[in-house]
Amino acid sequence: MNAWTIRFAFGFLAIVSLAAGCSASPDENKVVLLTHESFALSEGTLDEFTQQTGIEITVQVSGDAGTMVNQAILTKDNPIADVLYGVDNTFLSRALDADIFAPYTATGIEDVNPLLRIDGEAVTPIDFGDVCVNYDIEALTMLDTPPPTSLEDLVDPLYKDLLVVEDPATSSPGLAFLMATIATYPDGAEYDWKSYWRDLFDNGTVVATDWSEAYYTRFTRSGGSQPLVVSYASSPSAEVLFGDLTEAPTGVMANGCFKQIEYVGVLRGTERESNAQQLIDFLLSVPVQEDIPLNMFVYPANSTATLPQVFADHTTFPDAVVMEPGTIEANRERWIKEWTEIARS
Amino acid sequence: MDRNRTLIARSPFGRFGTAAIVAVPTLFLGYFFVYPVVAITARGLTPEGVFTPSVFIDVVSSASLQGVAAFTLWQAVLSTLLTLLMGLPAAWVFARFSFPGRRLLRAATLVPFVLPTLVVGTAFLTLVGPKGVSGVDLTGTLSIILIAHVFYNYAIVVRGVGAYWERIDPALEDAARSLGASRWRTFTTVTLPLLRPAIASTSALVFLFSFTSFGVVLLLGDISHSTIEVEIWRQTTAYLRLDIASTLAVLQLIGVGAILAMYGHYQRRTAIQIAHNTKPPPRPTTASDRLAVGVVLSGTALLLGLPLIVLVGRSFIDPDSSIGLANYANLLSLPNQSAAFVQPSEAILNSLGFAVVATAVAVLIGVLASAALSYSRRRVARSFDLFVMLPLGTSAVTIGFGFLVALGWPIDLRTSLVLIPIAHALVAIPFVVRTASPSMGSVQHHLREAAATLGARPTVAWWTIDLRLVARSILVGAAFAFAISMGEFGATSFITRPDSPTIPIAIFRLLGRPGSSPFGAAVAMSVLLMGITGIAVFVIDSLRAPQAGDL
Repeated sequence: MNAWTIRFAFGFLAIVSLAAGCSASPDENKVVLLTHESFALSEGTLDEFTQQTGIEITVQVSGDAGTMVNQAILTKDNPIADVLYGVDNTFLSRALDADIFAPYTATGIEDVNPLLRIDGEAVTPIDFGDVCVNYDIEALTMLDTPPPTSLEDLVDPLYKDLLVVEDPATSSPGLAFLMATIATYPDGAEYDWKSYWRDLFDNGTVVATDWSEAYYTRFTRSGGSQPLVVSYASSPSAEVLFGDLTEAPTGVMANGCFKQIEYVGVLRGTERESNAQQLIDFLLSVPVQEDIPLNMFVYPANSTATLPQVFADHTTFPDAVVMEPGTIEANRERWIKEWTEIARS
Repeated sequence: MDRNRTLIARSPFGRFGTAAIVAVPTLFLGYFFVYPVVAITARGLTPEGVFTPSVFIDVVSSASLQGVAAFTLWQAVLSTLLTLLMGLPAAWVFARFSFPGRRLLRAATLVPFVLPTLVVGTAFLTLVGPKGVSGVDLTGTLSIILIAHVFYNYAIVVRGVGAYWERIDPALEDAARSLGASRWRTFTTVTLPLLRPAIASTSALVFLFSFTSFGVVLLLGDISHSTIEVEIWRQTTAYLRLDIASTLAVLQLIGVGAILAMYGHYQRRTAIQIAHNTKPPPRPTTASDRLAVGVVLSGTALLLGLPLIVLVGRSFIDPDSSIGLANYANLLSLPNQSAAFVQPSEAILNSLGFAVVATAVAVLIGVLASAALSYSRRRVARSFDLFVMLPLGTSAVTIGFGFLVALGWPIDLRTSLVLIPIAHALVAIPFVVRTASPSMGSVQHHLREAAATLGARPTVAWWTIDLRLVARSILVGAAFAFAISMGEFGATSFITRPDSPTIPIAIFRLLGRPGSSPFGAAVAMSVLLMGITGIAVFVIDSLRAPQAGDL
């Protein structure tokens, strides 16, 4: 019936126009930040930028880092944002190959540790974290076992059935830990990472899908069976902070760590390049950098930023492996596939 | 009964009206489903601008991917059969007997539906994990995957078939019994044939949910178990291989389409017209009835109740291992400590808002689609039926990425908040259709014709007769739509959107930080999600259709 058709057509139009109202319209005084699900800053931190510059920030959240990089590449002809926050060194090369960034040298880049920086000016390091094996102090004491000190220890029968790692195909700390082992036991060596992993599995290493499963179902701290877990060097600080404790209940194995570095960049094709550049400068400035640790549990890239007390007290700064993004890109798929074969057999 | 009339119901809307009723759902699904999916797969299959058949051949001939496809199908078939086996007795009890707490229990069956996999996973591991209280360790096995699928999908059978069963006049069964048929014979020759449309409908939903299973397989299965859905995600996020992911997505769609088509072929689409029973069911009176009700209800309590009780219990164990409300208090205090956490009130309001919009959209489109199914020619109806179901068999990655590459035109919706309820509605529409269309097809035309004789215009007659008679089935679909939206996480996480965390996203963020407080708070938040969903479904269930006196 006509009346029906019209009614429904109106309903449909109403939805579409509502949607249009919500969607972005080009505006000189705004800037759109595309980031991943783990992005967080204290309330008011971003308002500071608006007060300084008059530019409004819209934060667009994507899924995990891999999803976000894919989405940025898929929309590179007509970008959905002006700035991308949080592409890490394991995915960076793919983003650089797809040429999604417009070059920019941030104000304050000289305060960033050169170890974190990459050649060229496509992206700016913004934060970093170290993926390391963590241990449950109480559980190890009960087993009368000393904490492991190196990757080599983990294949020792003393640590049989004690370690849980994450699947590198589905978890970014899992991938980071795999790369730490590859850097230690490189391809082509007589005892390469594949031999190492076979020994790890022979020694009863358990694989979890992601960090949450590993930490919250397998780790002894949460009632699981494994007192060793692949996590972050900052995890003990978080345990103190979110457990209302004075002493960290977990420790960090300072060997065999991998440095995960996150970057920001201006997305090529933006109509608000100047706003985007100002936002990057702002994100690298000390107030924002000092706000990052307690909200994202990673460390500021800007070395002049002061760490919160809880981080200063309970964090070990391991000698983490840094790997060339290009090397990672060239081998990531093969490494994960070969690892998966070993894990499944 | 005239056979033709059992097959095609005459549309009360006239030819033009019927075309319009087909057009609205078609346009909606065309723009928000077909167009995005075609756009993204076309993009993925032509990485350098041209189609490279080698990727396709590599994928099809890969032994490991064939294994994944075989496992996907195998576990989905097993899950569907098991869910039917466990769910049908409960559907019977809920449809045929009244007992104290019936409505509350029926609402509670939908609670598992919304719970995040990791949270359910911890409850399962408490029961059947390495240190499980049952003493059996099922970690990483096919069994735990199947149990979880039954746990999640139980309500689809109980509520979907139950709502239809209730509508069947028990007098039909009583007649068979009084003619000397045994209970079993009555069930197989009278009840089962009448129930067939509803069983077919709901088992297709269970099958699709299991076929595209993601979280359960990832978290509860070990590394050797993988579905096509998991593989698409892995190819996309770990390897950034959009070409392989798109190939898999196309194969998944073809597979789902073929299975649904085969299914439709064996299933008589249009329901038999039946006299609709509107009387409330009696209490169980005989000893055997009481025993049966008791056994079935305890079985349900064991399957659904135990993991839920473990979770609720866990939520009252404080971070320092004493018993108390600290986890609930932490829900409020953690966001003040770190912006990584979401204020519970914000998450609840966001979730409720999305769920209301998603439910409204799903019911509107779903009811129109059901009407279209009931009143169009058989062949048209069959392909339309398949089309409506397809979003449920499509990977969340494909839909999310499809939105991004397709919806920039005519209005740029790519990063709009409205995509969240729309993505939820895409999953929910098949539920509304599957619960509403069997009932709609079964409305006896002479009722509407009687109304017409009394001077009602055809549309008015449809509105006052058909829609009211099937209103309860629509409400069942609406409850599903609401629950789907409340618990949805996967599709949401592949949509780029302004930050507006829902309850599942808040739980996800809590579970992403180390420390005893965030984990406890995540469990507390899950209990809140259970409670809110249970109450909402109970309220939706209570919006009763006009009762016996009306007709």
